[in-house]
Amino acid sequence: MSVNEQQRDYVLHTVEERGVRLIRLWFTDVLGVLKSFAISPAELENALVDGMTFDGSSIDGFSRVQEIFILAMPDANTFEVLPWGDPKQAEARVFCDIHHLDGTPFDGDPRQVLQRNLLSARHQGFQFFVAPDIEFFYVAPPERGQPPRLLDEGGFFDLTTTDVTGSLRKQTIRTLEAMSIPVEYSFHEDAPSQHEIDLRHTDALTMADSVMTFRLVVKEVAAAQGVHATFMPKPLEGVQGSGMHLHLSLFSGEDNAFYDTDDAYNLSPIAKHFMAGLLVHAAEITAVTNQTVNSYKRLVPGFEAPVHVSWARNNRSGLIRVPIPKRGNPMATRIEYRSPDPACNPYLAFSVLLAAGLRGIERQYELPVEADANLFELTDRDLAKLGIEQLPQSLSDALRVMESSELVAEALGDRLFEWFLRNKRREWRDYKTHISAFELDRYLRAL
Amino acid sequence: MDLVAVFPDPPPPDLARTLDLAGYRWKAVGSPEDASRHEPTNGWAGAIVACDTDPEGAWALCRSLRKRDPMVSPMVVLVSGAQLQDLELRDDMFDDFCLTPFHPRELEARLKHLFWRRGGGVRPELVEYGPLSLNLETYQAAIAGRPLDLTYMEYELLKFLSQNTGKVFTREMLLSRVWGYEYYGGARTVDVHIRRLRAKMGEEHANLIQTVRSVGYRFGQSRWGS
Repeated sequence: MSVNEQQRDYVLHTVEERGVRLIRLWFTDVLGVLKSFAISPAELENALVDGMTFDGSSIDGFSRVQEIFILAMPDANTFEVLPWGDPKQAEARVFCDIHHLDGTPFDGDPRQVLQRNLLSARHQGFQFFVAPDIEFFYVAPPERGQPPRLLDEGGFFDLTTTDVTGSLRKQTIRTLEAMSIPVEYSFHEDAPSQHEIDLRHTDALTMADSVMTFRLVVKEVAAAQGVHATFMPKPLEGVQGSGMHLHLSLFSGEDNAFYDTDDAYNLSPIAKHFMAGLLVHAAEITAVTNQTVNSYKRLVPGFEAPVHVSWARNNRSGLIRVPIPKRGNPMATRIEYRSPDPACNPYLAFSVLLAAGLRGIERQYELPVEADANLFELTDRDLAKLGIEQLPQSLSDALRVMESSELVAEALGDRLFEWFLRNKRREWRDYKTHISAFELDRYLRAL
Repeated sequence: MDLVAVFPDPPPPDLARTLDLAGYRWKAVGSPEDASRHEPTNGWAGAIVACDTDPEGAWALCRSLRKRDPMVSPMVVLVSGAQLQDLELRDDMFDDFCLTPFHPRELEARLKHLFWRRGGGVRPELVEYGPLSLNLETYQAAIAGRPLDLTYMEYELLKFLSQNTGKVFTREMLLSRVWGYEYYGGARTVDVHIRRLRAKMGEEHANLIQTVRSVGYRFGQSRWGS
């Protein structure tokens, strides 16, 4: 039996033995929204071999007028029985790659975009590993037009907040671990009702799948208790927003390619070129790592979110931080890229980060000097003297830089690149035409 | 769960992989002397002899295994097309043969049939170790009676480890035996899957898989009792 046949056999047996009634085929649209349709066990064998045809016209970024039917090909290695719901009516999920009916990869499939980028890393002898620290808020079920109500506000729960959110988090971690997503740390964040869960590193494709699963698990577990979990980057004014710091490393075989015993920072030339690549292309990839209008309200001074394109070992105001590994473990050598937020599409974010880093390695970009001052305290003139630029200040700025980026177009593929820009420009236009409470309060009477 | 002798030592990787995936317990032997030295107390359950690299040694082993009382059976020889003529006048030395390069499913089917004919069979249906049990027929794992839902690779890794309790494996060995040589993910993949398995087994059972510092991993207790 080939490995594929064995995997298939394994999945079919498991469905039978565990009495799985429904198999959910999961995939992701261009914006990183999880999509799903369900099939019965009777259809599964056929789906694993030939894929399932479905109507893609309803899905953003998938439809083109002349082409509506596309094919979901399950990746049998991601088959997993869902650890929630009625065990007597068990359900399972499997991630899919999306193809044209003739079997060629579909341009609008972010999962295959990442696979393509990982393949070019592999050709250069690297495996890309990612570990995200994901922040989010628990709030009362939202009502349209109303600001979020935090769980700390009296009256919403009879129990104290720590009890409720603590047990939510514990339940979430149990569910994640049952779904092959090991958790490294978890804690209550600085802001009220804010939590952070740090995942243990794994290869980038598995991690992107895991982030999709993570967002669903966090929301499902919360919803079962009547709580809403949100990954909105900045839900509350004056309080720190939710980021998704990404710990990145490259491995060649058993070795961490970022580690060098002899260097003062224990960073290899590969690590330094990779970081330089990220810094040079940071502005171009920001629309992908921070894709909403709201993302840019998080990237402001004073809230532990980066604003400047710089790096340092222990300076949380920079874009890249180089954490000092515990017990000097070479395997744990990594860099932390701090601007992304948990509302991004992980497949695309990992793709552009990898592409930028690899470009740095290919072209041997020079890493600028470490910026260890608190950048929030420097004047613009000082920053200019140090050659330190700011990240784009709005979605519109970010899109403008991205539009002229040959690197991002190549990493995403031309079609997806165009579609992303068009969709996000529309979002910006809608935002621009909106008259906010800020404006009314400030101008209506005064002007 | 009896042991099958496999020649040569080490056997070709595709042979080792096929046997592992089919759930056989086997031991590589390089010579008739080796086969005597490592013979289990209840005798070899059978033998699989690959003739490609050292045909003379291979046939010498077949001869010696067949001379025993009781003789070792079933025996399967793997021969290339050019070696087919070697089968002549040696009918007593094997029960069946397979052409190389062999198709893994064909070899698996032949072995299954031979062992079935012999009665009982060596194919272990159930692997049990402490609180863990694996049903190889249905691919179901359970820990302390609770079903353990695993992905395919997690299952394969746990199966391999639990069939070789007490032995230490490097990441490279696990990668080649469980994932196969064509896998490109690198040795870190092994660590990632071990961590996932431990998380799924739960804290109280996580130490079934031990980390052996600067070497690799071991399932269950060491054979030396440490």
